[in-house]
Amino acid sequence: MNKLLIGTALCLAAMSPAMTPAVVAQEVSACLITKTDTNPFFVKMKEGAEAKAAELGITLKSFAGRIDGDHETQVAAIETCIADGASGILLTASDTSAIVQSVQQARDAGLLVIALDTPLNPIDAADATFATDNFKAGELIGKWAAGKLGAEAANARIALLNLGISQPTVDVLRNQGFLQGFGIDLADPNKWGDETDPRIVGHDVTAGNEEGGREAMENLLVKDPTINVVHTINEPSAAGAYEALKSFGRENDVLIVSVDGGCPGVANVKDGVIGATSQQYPLQMAALGVEAIKNWADNGTKPEPTPGKDFFDTGVSLVTDEPVDGVESIDTAEGEALCWG
Amino acid sequence: MSNQTEADGGLVARADAVASFEHQHTILSRIQHALHSNPALVPLIVLVLSIAVFGALLGTKFFSSFALTLILQQVAIVGIVGAAQSLVILTAGIDLSVGAIMVLSSVIMGQFTFRLGLPPAVAVACGLAIGTFIGFVNGWLVARIKLPPFIVTLGMWQIALASNFLYSGNETIRAQDIEASAPLLQFFGQSITVGGAVFTYGVIFFILLVLVLAYVLRHTAWGRHVYAVGDDPEAAELSGVNTKRILMSVYALSGLICAFAGWALIGRIGSVSPTSGQFSNIESITAVVIGGISLFGGRGSILGMFFGALIVGVFSLGLRLLGADAQWTYLLIGVLIIGAVAVDQWIRKVSA
Repeated sequence: MNKLLIGTALCLAAMSPAMTPAVVAQEVSACLITKTDTNPFFVKMKEGAEAKAAELGITLKSFAGRIDGDHETQVAAIETCIADGASGILLTASDTSAIVQSVQQARDAGLLVIALDTPLNPIDAADATFATDNFKAGELIGKWAAGKLGAEAANARIALLNLGISQPTVDVLRNQGFLQGFGIDLADPNKWGDETDPRIVGHDVTAGNEEGGREAMENLLVKDPTINVVHTINEPSAAGAYEALKSFGRENDVLIVSVDGGCPGVANVKDGVIGATSQQYPLQMAALGVEAIKNWADNGTKPEPTPGKDFFDTGVSLVTDEPVDGVESIDTAEGEALCWG
Repeated sequence: MSNQTEADGGLVARADAVASFEHQHTILSRIQHALHSNPALVPLIVLVLSIAVFGALLGTKFFSSFALTLILQQVAIVGIVGAAQSLVILTAGIDLSVGAIMVLSSVIMGQFTFRLGLPPAVAVACGLAIGTFIGFVNGWLVARIKLPPFIVTLGMWQIALASNFLYSGNETIRAQDIEASAPLLQFFGQSITVGGAVFTYGVIFFILLVLVLAYVLRHTAWGRHVYAVGDDPEAAELSGVNTKRILMSVYALSGLICAFAGWALIGRIGSVSPTSGQFSNIESITAVVIGGISLFGGRGSILGMFFGALIVGVFSLGLRLLGADAQWTYLLIGVLIIGAVAVDQWIRKVSA
């Protein structure tokens, strides 16, 4: 028995010199660190990870920041996981650049670090990234909106309701994807707000919630009341934008598109509040992440990215009840079966 | 004896005039005095100037009854919470839990209706009662246990916010569902239109609340006692004011007003969302400070807070319409906060 333990220890040590002794224990353990534990997206992610961990016999410990942007708590969580001797960490980073140093510490200590949903900056700071292709998510709703308008797309009046002024990666990808899909020149694809197409009325920020969505929509409607296409960063901000349109008496002649695929969002597509939304799959991300950690602990293999991309694409589908030619989509019944939150 | 003569001589040479203070009636000191007796004057001037400047730059797009009443709608929630904050700050306290009480109350109104199946009116009453109760607990801890308000409400902020997330499971209740089965929850979202001006019930409630509180604070014994407690609690106590009861009533009323803000919030965003109002405490303190209410207590007027909230709204919409980066709004609001406190310090010197 002793020999076996020593053998395992030597084997693991050879694999990664700085590994902490606690990993020697038979049991494989993993950490899930999310931005918050209140957002339904992360709640679903946690569910997926827990179910998969139970299935594979892995101990899963979950950590979360207090609010989106709570960087310090995430750093402390990574340190805890290293000290705890976990085999790997699944991380949705609040601060994608600042967290890199702590991630490096964890990797130096022999842990597999997988970024879920949010790529780190740079993306190769993590061993692997399991995420939605947010640019494609944006592109799908952009193409759908253009297809829906038909020839009128040339005269569209577009409002873009984004996440925040710091322009987080996901915000830029969805926004620029949408514009690309709609057929608008992006200028610099790494930022939003630098496009010169006259069809764009303006960009505003929503903090990704109903309140912000309503205020941003009001601001842009005052700027130009003829807006007829609205891109929203997520479904809560879309619901807020709809309230604003309603107060302006415009709820029936404006096209709202969004990204996420949460259950209230899909219900809003069904009710015609949102025209189409790109659905992502957090449960899938987490389950794949847990499997990857299991593989790493068992035989030291790292997950490979999707061919042609620098991350593993966990898929995205367009949910709408008014399909448009040339854009693949699923209807709301199917979307409801797959929705989260 | 020569001493006596000298003293008599002094008596003869005495001044006949009644003792008086020297007043230097420079323009500056007159302004200082005017501002001291009307603390809402500075924010009012800033508000009028900013509306004039943005109006000149943007023309009718900004200077229309529609856009101006839209600003009222945009600041109504923060303004209602700001009224609660004003009361507490007038007692030299601070309430960091206002936003959390607001969101928790709105979630209770929504979930009691949809999860427990209570009639909307009962659910709303429960939400208002719970908001008042949380405020009362704050007041009890401050007045009876003598804990600092900052600490009490810092703790209560966390407790109320966590309860909100635990109880709601961060579940949003959609506007369409509320509209179909419990329109009472969206009561404050209804509006009346006069010409181009749109007044939601939320805005009307906000304005009435400010007017009523302004009257109560100025013309009732309770109102004067609130100022007295904030200015000098020992002196107030010695003159027979029951400071503990005043403090508890202020915090409880603040909780009730926050619960009303939660109700108005449902009207504003249509849905019940546990993630809204995260920054209401800071935004309400901003409105209070720009409105010229002293953080040291006992001085300022709730009308000032009203103007303060509007100033923030005017800058936000005005700068956005000018196409400025949203960062500029925050930068200018920062300048306004520091400017407002500097002016406050200068005005305070009038009594020195």
